[in-house]
Amino acid sequence: MKAKVKAGALRSSLAQTRRRIYFTNVNTVLEITDLSVEYPSREKGVGKKLAVNGLNLKIQAGEVFGFLGPNGAGKTTTMNVLLGFVNAKSGSASIFGVDVRQPIARQRIGYLPELTYYYKFLNTEELLRFYGTIFRIPGPELERRIDSVLKLVGLEHARKRLIKTYSKGMQQRAGLAQALINNPDLLILDEPTSGLDPVGRMKVREIIERLKGEGKTVFFSSHELGEVETVCDRVGILNQGQLKVEGRVEDLVKQYQCHLEQIFLKIIGYEAAS
Amino acid sequence: MRNAFALSGVVIKEMYRRKDFYVLFVLTVLITLVMGSINIFGDNQIVRYLKEICLLLIWISALIIAVTTTARQIPAERESRTIFPLLAKPVSRAELVAGKFLGCWLASGACLLVFYLFFGVLSGTREHSWPVLNYFQALWLHWIFLAVVIAAVLLGSVVFAAPSSNATICLVVIIGILFLGGHLNRVATNIPGAPGTILSVIYFTIPHLEWYDVRDLITHDRPLINWVACGLATLYGLGYSTILLILGWAVFRRKTLTL
Repeated sequence: MKAKVKAGALRSSLAQTRRRIYFTNVNTVLEITDLSVEYPSREKGVGKKLAVNGLNLKIQAGEVFGFLGPNGAGKTTTMNVLLGFVNAKSGSASIFGVDVRQPIARQRIGYLPELTYYYKFLNTEELLRFYGTIFRIPGPELERRIDSVLKLVGLEHARKRLIKTYSKGMQQRAGLAQALINNPDLLILDEPTSGLDPVGRMKVREIIERLKGEGKTVFFSSHELGEVETVCDRVGILNQGQLKVEGRVEDLVKQYQCHLEQIFLKIIGYEAAS
Repeated sequence: MRNAFALSGVVIKEMYRRKDFYVLFVLTVLITLVMGSINIFGDNQIVRYLKEICLLLIWISALIIAVTTTARQIPAERESRTIFPLLAKPVSRAELVAGKFLGCWLASGACLLVFYLFFGVLSGTREHSWPVLNYFQALWLHWIFLAVVIAAVLLGSVVFAAPSSNATICLVVIIGILFLGGHLNRVATNIPGAPGTILSVIYFTIPHLEWYDVRDLITHDRPLINWVACGLATLYGLGYSTILLILGWAVFRRKTLTL
């Protein structure tokens, strides 16, 4: 019995040490090196298609990075690799210095998908408690975190309501709450304002700015270029799986002598019909 | 393991919040109540026959609950896309498979316990005898049987895309094993050549679920099964479940999940 307890304590201490080694003194939060991802094409006669082609990207701690590109450019695919949903054909990706294929790499990240995909038979409080347990947040602290994130996203009044009864905006806010439950150091947001009304968008923007103020790193994709220009420190524009441009927003504006939207259109080769 | 338990909690919550589960449950309880209450002329044979029907109903209901709920677990997660925020947390796919298995198995066990308790109390009050250990052995082996079934259905759910086809295939295979599994060896010895060898291989490969059907312990008041045999059957069932779960994980772990 004593030996069992000792072995358990040793295991737990080893796990803690491993986590500390993994996560301390890492200035580069996210690093993608020569990443290529292949998909079987839906077109007849076409075997496989490169969704992402030789992508290199580094994101430093405390940055808000806007990941831009037209539909089908490979933004969501890149996020899928970062979250371990899809395996890369070649190259590597790491979060806090840990290979993204290891579940522990996701310990300090929060993820908000483009659309809300949550268990409809749970209420928000139960959902947050479930995810909090996965992050191994101890009981009393978890209850405090549930209260604080629900307050932050303005869902305190509806915490006991089943998610299926929520409006779209409320569901998106519940999504944000689950992404924040572990007080993440890196937030991956896939079009967080998509389909939201102006108030909802403002709320999401406020939350991103607040997180930025707290020194968190945010990696998000969006089609709302005005919003990106306001919130982001750096942007990257992806087209046909390749990173075409990357840099600080003000530097790009200076270099191209136009707004981000016009830069974006130039990069993707869009020509307005006259 | 903590993640697997957290996931199993969600599975159980889903099961008792789903209305189709309640319908099946209430239906079985009602049928058991009606059947158990009929005691025509106190004839022992008829009482025994009715007990047999009740137990058969329990077996059918438990099998349907286990198969249908397990079959939809992973496909429903993928279809409703709840799997994405879940796997974006520090959860491995092995833990996901283990959690789903544990949730379905515990929930099926809870159903079985209610079924057997209800049936046991009912027949005990009618017959004024309480063969508790017989009931315990029947319940225990039934639960181990469900472990193998649930693990097999989970494996099917990562192989077949549609839950309905998975449930149908698994039900056919499980019922086939229950009815024919024990006779395959005898048939194999009577068939010469390759077909006989193939049948023998099948006989020694499939999990022998028919061993877990010990309804006679209750209906015919048979003497208790040797506890060592009971323990070996438990190990055999859990061993098969583990193999099937590992196979399920091996298939699922390399699967590409796309939004």
